[in-house]
Amino acid sequence: MERQPRALQVLLAIGLVALAAFPLVGEKFYLQFITKLMIMGIFAMSLDLLVGHTGLVSLGHALFFGVAAYALMLLTPEYQAAGFWTSLGVSLGVAALAALIVGFFVLRTTGIYFIMVTLAFGQMTYFYVHDSSHLGGSDGKYIYVRPVLEIAGWSPFDLERPAHFYYVALAMMVFVYLMLRVLLASPFGRVISGIKENEHRMRMLGFATFRYKLVCFVLAGTLAGLAGWLAAAHDGLVNPEMLSWHQSGQLLMMVILGGMGTPSGPILGAAALKVLELVFQGWTKHWQLLLGGFIVLSVLLLPRGLAQLFESKRRD
Amino acid sequence: MDTAIFFIQVLNSVQYGLLLFLVASGLTLIFGIMGIINLAHGSFYMIGAYLAFSLTGLIGDFWLALAAGVVVAVLIGLALEWLVIRFLYDRDHLYQVLLTYGLILIFEECRSLLWGDDVHGVPVPPALDFSIPLTENLSYQVFRVAMSAICLALAAGMYWLIQKTRLGMMIRAGSVNREMVQSLGINIGLLYRVVFALGVALAAFAGMLGSPVSSVFPGMGNQVLIVSFVVVVIGGIGSVKGALVAALAIGFADTFGKVLLPQIAGMVVYLLMAAILLWRPQGIFGKA
Repeated sequence: MERQPRALQVLLAIGLVALAAFPLVGEKFYLQFITKLMIMGIFAMSLDLLVGHTGLVSLGHALFFGVAAYALMLLTPEYQAAGFWTSLGVSLGVAALAALIVGFFVLRTTGIYFIMVTLAFGQMTYFYVHDSSHLGGSDGKYIYVRPVLEIAGWSPFDLERPAHFYYVALAMMVFVYLMLRVLLASPFGRVISGIKENEHRMRMLGFATFRYKLVCFVLAGTLAGLAGWLAAAHDGLVNPEMLSWHQSGQLLMMVILGGMGTPSGPILGAAALKVLELVFQGWTKHWQLLLGGFIVLSVLLLPRGLAQLFESKRRD
Repeated sequence: MDTAIFFIQVLNSVQYGLLLFLVASGLTLIFGIMGIINLAHGSFYMIGAYLAFSLTGLIGDFWLALAAGVVVAVLIGLALEWLVIRFLYDRDHLYQVLLTYGLILIFEECRSLLWGDDVHGVPVPPALDFSIPLTENLSYQVFRVAMSAICLALAAGMYWLIQKTRLGMMIRAGSVNREMVQSLGINIGLLYRVVFALGVALAAFAGMLGSPVSSVFPGMGNQVLIVSFVVVVIGGIGSVKGALVAALAIGFADTFGKVLLPQIAGMVVYLLMAAILLWRPQGIFGKA
């Protein structure tokens, strides 16, 4: 497993403790805000698996986030709760299936074609949802009751309570983080980073690179689905904007801002961008102007993302 | 579908396709020659439409406004290339995507600050504001025919510029081998700036030309951007000829999709793209 700089390790440990302790002191608003951050962190990690580790720049990743969210909406009976595991399982399954189908098409292309084709698939789904009245059309639909986990009458947590939801999101984020670290350190992870460096060479070495990329794409789609399921359950609402390419673009920004291909970069990037958004929104109605300016400047001035600030000198 | 309606739909398809071609050709030129993937291209289309709205009101004549608008668009293109785009030539596509995405946010907010968030309209120039009757109760607006004619003339002009002039020769050479062109004493930086400004002008011109028939509204650029991407992908990136063929194909698919398959109208062009990519992943005229 690739060692991280000591300073970053310490910071991560402190961050985790702080996150775990926060609900004891935090207000409801910030509790929900950080829950959203963690959900975006999962989403960003899923995209980083493609962008940072496999070298596939997808601009349609919101598709999988969105379909899982809509799956939860469809599974939730009106004014009743959906089952926790069933709805999660189905949502992830739908996202995985969508990723399998889309991946089969888009992975035939590379480079700039890949960027454009993923974008087009994302928009295709967006328009489908946007124009379907049974899915709520452009307004989307509410999910009135959050999923409930019940084992023989006993429910360990209640998602209606912000603090409980917070810990569920935290647990999921830590789980995804650890899973990806283990995966990337495994032989599979070596192969995909080989694909990122030089796909031709990997093919010459006898690896069926298409299959590896497809597995990655499906896994990334499934994890995006997990984020989508969480987001829909948390906000109690789904709308076509969840699938829009603005969502995908912002996500890409998070990954790059945090430093792609670094283990904790996507989470940092997601947090940084969301906090920045909150600050800018507090300043002006035209906050996107500031955000856009920030994005442009960070591309020009900080080519390797925020994680660059923590990098030790010897890597250069 | 009877003949007259069919004929009108064909005209609509061609008109939409040609307008799309203007936007997509700029996109494909900027990529093919400079290697830049420009997400902000749709914003230029939007800026064009808003310029047409303001300038027509200011000058009073649509055609003069069009000319003035092109000048403004070229200036915007030159300035933008000098300010940010030129730092992207050696960077990964990823950063180009990101930076130009940032530009979209900036342009959208500038639009909101300058023009507000209302929907506007641009009047059809009076000289062309009449219709040719096709049957007793169906007719076709002359302005739309004029639009198609102007687009075709521009397409021919572009062909001439790229294939027959000295500047075109440099542009083509620059897309093949940047260093070689430079060592032959051609200022490649200036060449790129010109190409970028040309692309911006094409998109803005399309926005201006189309403004009397579509309204002028926030977010109009995004819609066009995504469809232009589809055009570029289908036609083959960097190929102007491919962009023309693909834009017309999309024009027909979209127009007839709305008539024949209204339930999935929004998806038809993307389905067409998926089908073509299965057949030829590099696009119709793309190099393998």
